[in-house]
Amino acid sequence: MSSTAAVPFWRAAGMTYISYSNICANLVRNCLKEPHKSEAISREKVHFSLSKWVDGKPEKPNCHVYKLSCF
Amino acid sequence: MFRQATARLLSRSAAASPKARPFSTDLESAPAADQAFVDAWKKVAPNMDPPKTPLSFMKPRPPTPSSIPSKLIVNFSLPYASELSGKEVDMVIVPATTGQMGILPGHVPTIAELKPGLMTVHEGNDVQKYFVSSGFALVHANSFADIIAVEAVPVDRIDPTLVQKGLAEFTQKLNSASTELEKAEAQIGLDVHSALSSALSG
Repeated sequence: MSSTAAVPFWRAAGMTYISYSNICANLVRNCLKEPHKSEAISREKVHFSLSKWVDGKPEKPNCHVYKLSCF
Repeated sequence: MFRQATARLLSRSAAASPKARPFSTDLESAPAADQAFVDAWKKVAPNMDPPKTPLSFMKPRPPTPSSIPSKLIVNFSLPYASELSGKEVDMVIVPATTGQMGILPGHVPTIAELKPGLMTVHEGNDVQKYFVSSGFALVHANSFADIIAVEAVPVDRIDPTLVQKGLAEFTQKLNSASTELEKAEAQIGLDVHSALSSALSG
């Protein structure tokens, strides 16, 4: 870090603002009452399929489910 | 060599002091459509309306009024929803990192980072309570306030038993954390859960 100004504790630990705010949002989602909780968590899921290309042909794609907060 | 430098510096500071850089709210709004393009379009396709650009869907905001208006206009946006859109309210209290910040009509333009905490929207005797996880509040000179958050929920949707459980869990995690990153994560968890429990009690 180039700046010597006071930084929040999470920044000093090497976290970025995006990861900090995603962790905060995720913790809030986990504390909701039931119908809202599963709704909020399912909203954050991202589905994508990933396949490697070998000899100009794609291999069998495997589906991934990622939570946005993993990034 | 520096004879003129001081003069230039002085004239610059004198020119800058009465009016600093203008705010975006002081500038005229950009025209929604390019007239030359509209004319050319009419020549080619006289029966069709010219295509609209994003700019033509945006309502220009009013200039800064000379007297303090009676209402504050709030836009409260989440990534998946627009909770409040152009709502006229009396006051908003947001949890800024520097402490609870009350925004009234005619507030000075500010950008405030939000921490996990309670946000209240006051409209007459009606008070709406939200819990925001983190975000920013942008207050403009013309009594517009844009509040953005990653997650925000009405307070009555929070489960108190889960909050107490999380509070205990992260207190224990903070004690057992070894690396700097784990410690920071546990500290964030503790901050969020204690903000949640104080929002529920207060």
